[in-house]
Amino acid sequence: MIKTAKLSVSTAPFLKDTDTTPKIMFTVVYTLIPVLLVSFYYFGLSAILVTLTSIFSCMFTEWLFNKSEDRLQSLKDGSGLITGLLLALTLPPGFPLWMVFLGGVVAIGMGKAMWGGLGQNVFNPALVGRAFLQAAFPTAITTWSPPDGGYFSLRGTNAALPFLQGTNVDATSGATPLAKMKFDHVSTDWLDLLLGNTGGSLGETCGLLLILAGAYLLIKKIINWRIPISIILTVSVLSGIFYLFDPSIYPSPIFMILSGGMLLGTIYMATDLVTSPLTPKGIWIFGIGIGILIVLIRNWGGLPEGVMYAILLMNAGTPLINRFAKIRTYGHKK
Amino acid sequence: MSTSAKYSGKTYTFNHGVHPEEFKELSSHCEIQRMPFVEEYILPLGQHIGAPSDCLVSKGQKVRRGEKIADPIGFVSVALHSPVDGTISEVGIFPTPNGQVLPGIKIKIDPYSTQRMDEAPIDLEDLDRKGFISTVQNAGIVGLGGAAFPAHVKFAIPEDKTCKYIMLNGCECEPFLTADHRTMLEYPEEIIDGIQILNRYLKADKAYIGIEANKPDAIEALKKIATTSTFPIEVIALQVKYPQGAEKMMITAILGEEVPTGKLPLDLGVLVGNVGTIKAISDYFRKGIPLMERIVTITGTAIKNPANVLVPIGTPMKDVIELCGGITDDAARILLGGPMMGAVQKSLDVPVVKGTSGLLALTSNEVRDLDEYSCIRCGKCVDACPIFLNPSMMGLLAKKGLWDEMLEYNIMDCFECASCSFVCPSGIPLVQSFRVAKGFLREKAVREKASA
Ligand code: SF4
Ligand code: SF4
Repeated sequence: MIKTAKLSVSTAPFLKDTDTTPKIMFTVVYTLIPVLLVSFYYFGLSAILVTLTSIFSCMFTEWLFNKSEDRLQSLKDGSGLITGLLLALTLPPGFPLWMVFLGGVVAIGMGKAMWGGLGQNVFNPALVGRAFLQAAFPTAITTWSPPDGGYFSLRGTNAALPFLQGTNVDATSGATPLAKMKFDHVSTDWLDLLLGNTGGSLGETCGLLLILAGAYLLIKKIINWRIPISIILTVSVLSGIFYLFDPSIYPSPIFMILSGGMLLGTIYMATDLVTSPLTPKGIWIFGIGIGILIVLIRNWGGLPEGVMYAILLMNAGTPLINRFAKIRTYGHKK
Repeated sequence: MSTSAKYSGKTYTFNHGVHPEEFKELSSHCEIQRMPFVEEYILPLGQHIGAPSDCLVSKGQKVRRGEKIADPIGFVSVALHSPVDGTISEVGIFPTPNGQVLPGIKIKIDPYSTQRMDEAPIDLEDLDRKGFISTVQNAGIVGLGGAAFPAHVKFAIPEDKTCKYIMLNGCECEPFLTADHRTMLEYPEEIIDGIQILNRYLKADKAYIGIEANKPDAIEALKKIATTSTFPIEVIALQVKYPQGAEKMMITAILGEEVPTGKLPLDLGVLVGNVGTIKAISDYFRKGIPLMERIVTITGTAIKNPANVLVPIGTPMKDVIELCGGITDDAARILLGGPMMGAVQKSLDVPVVKGTSGLLALTSNEVRDLDEYSCIRCGKCVDACPIFLNPSMMGLLAKKGLWDEMLEYNIMDCFECASCSFVCPSGIPLVQSFRVAKGFLREKAVREKASA
């Protein structure tokens, strides 16, 4: 017999592709796990504490800022978790935990919730948090501990109490490869950069894993291939020209790409779906813009690191790019 | 998983589009079977686009199978024929598949009739172009691809236009549907013959038949017969991609040209027809069979025995479904047409009409209700839209009710193929909101015109 009473009603399409937003977000999270494990290997307990604090702070803020009926949904989509992980990966392992917490609150609060939540924000939330920390605690955030010491010893000033400046500047600060390059014109062996045997933030050190994770995300089409390709090509070409011009002052393209937050930023932050343009044309403009800015800031800016600001600046331009880099509609003239 | 055979030769296609799972294997191997006669038939007078037909019969009147029971009113309208020998039991209003209750004719079958029909070919020699057009109109032939637009209206080419290419649409890009596939496989002679009849009057340079590459057997069958035609007919294999069967997409795939916005294919010199429609032309001119039955795919994971069935127009859907073993207990939705553009069918107490291409019963495994998340601007919809629109942006505007702003994004070019909603990982009802917006904007344009 035919029963029709329980048939539900809706409108076409009735088939759906298998990708869902939480699935995309969690794929990104999974690819970060190996990167985290390496940072735990190099920086021990400190790295774990910084990561956990950052995740907790982001998810907590996400929960706090959402209306009670949206809370579950906003935690389920995984985007807060990604912000927490990415923020942690940009921080030095010896960073005071209370500052990490504050960074997470700012990342979600000012980077996302303030704009209206997921999809509405203009800037990458993790970078907003990181930029805030850079401005508020310039000393602490440039105090890098070299990747040695026991697994269970705390680096730097993880346990510092809030607002009691506990950063002992001359204690352990091993300069990062970028700072050595910038201020002393000393390059670091690229093999060390690739394997992570250098000072730096949690996620900046192991280039090889980031490249592998990026390749996986590209194959799975989670990130748009045009973004990393356009950034890396622009940086290579531009820095290549300068390097040929005077190799004693300017870093080589390989060093440029493997050092600092370049890979982390290129693969995980510039590719943030929400804050990058929609159309292929727009994406090329976005990527090339980031590449140019990175080279400019690193070579002539006051800071050794330029990736964060380059991405944030192009994030700011994205709404404009979206307006102008339109696609030609089928059947319309150019 | 779909493991349909693939054509190995060169294939053509359009830009963008999506790849839904095909599900064709459920019924693609099923030979077309004839629906046994049932007791009662309901024939709505308005089964086509245009003015409903004018009823010619009254209650109690006896009708023969193939007899005309309603005349066209005006040019954009077609005739209607009785699918059986029987008696008119009621002229009144009846529920129709689109949910409305509309005027129609109910026929009770003559249980003692053999339902045989003598072949009555039509002499093409005495027929001029005008005569041909009115003959097609009186044969009740409409586009069988789903829209049910009167075929003769398309064939009446205006003076200032020429038809260079006749293009047959055998793409059948909607998942599940296999009616066109079986038609091409089992009636290639009729299809090629239909093209030749049509071309006597259209005098085109060439005919193309576009078929998606997942039907290699149909491609071969038509290629073989096409070689016997003196008029050049080329069978083109098209990439398996949705919405390849949309008129514009097929034209672009085959000719490499875009149909300008607001224009018709005929502005490029192309006349597009569905393969079933062209077969119907052959059926009428060679055998005298008007459009009183059509091939329907009854399929879906919730149908016990999927099949392709030649169904007399007017047969109640529940009888057709019963022929296919009925629906399983876990059926979640019944659809008319394909799953991408079809409509939900609430009741099965409505008849199969000329525009019924498929009847699908799906379980909740395919019809997933997703949680809706915010737009994450992943751009998947932008990469999917075959018209190169920006569904992401239009979706955001629709959410805010900014319908006028959507015009700037060319919303009116959207033909509701649903590719954008299909790919959206956030489960945003994009095409659903575009339908609403387009309706609103169309109405507004009419109102403004009226007050201007
Ligand atoms: S596919 Fe959905 S989530 Fe992605 S950009 Fe389009 S509307 Fe937004
Ligand atoms: S439904 Fe409209 S907007 Fe969406 S993909 Fe199809 S044509 Fe583009």
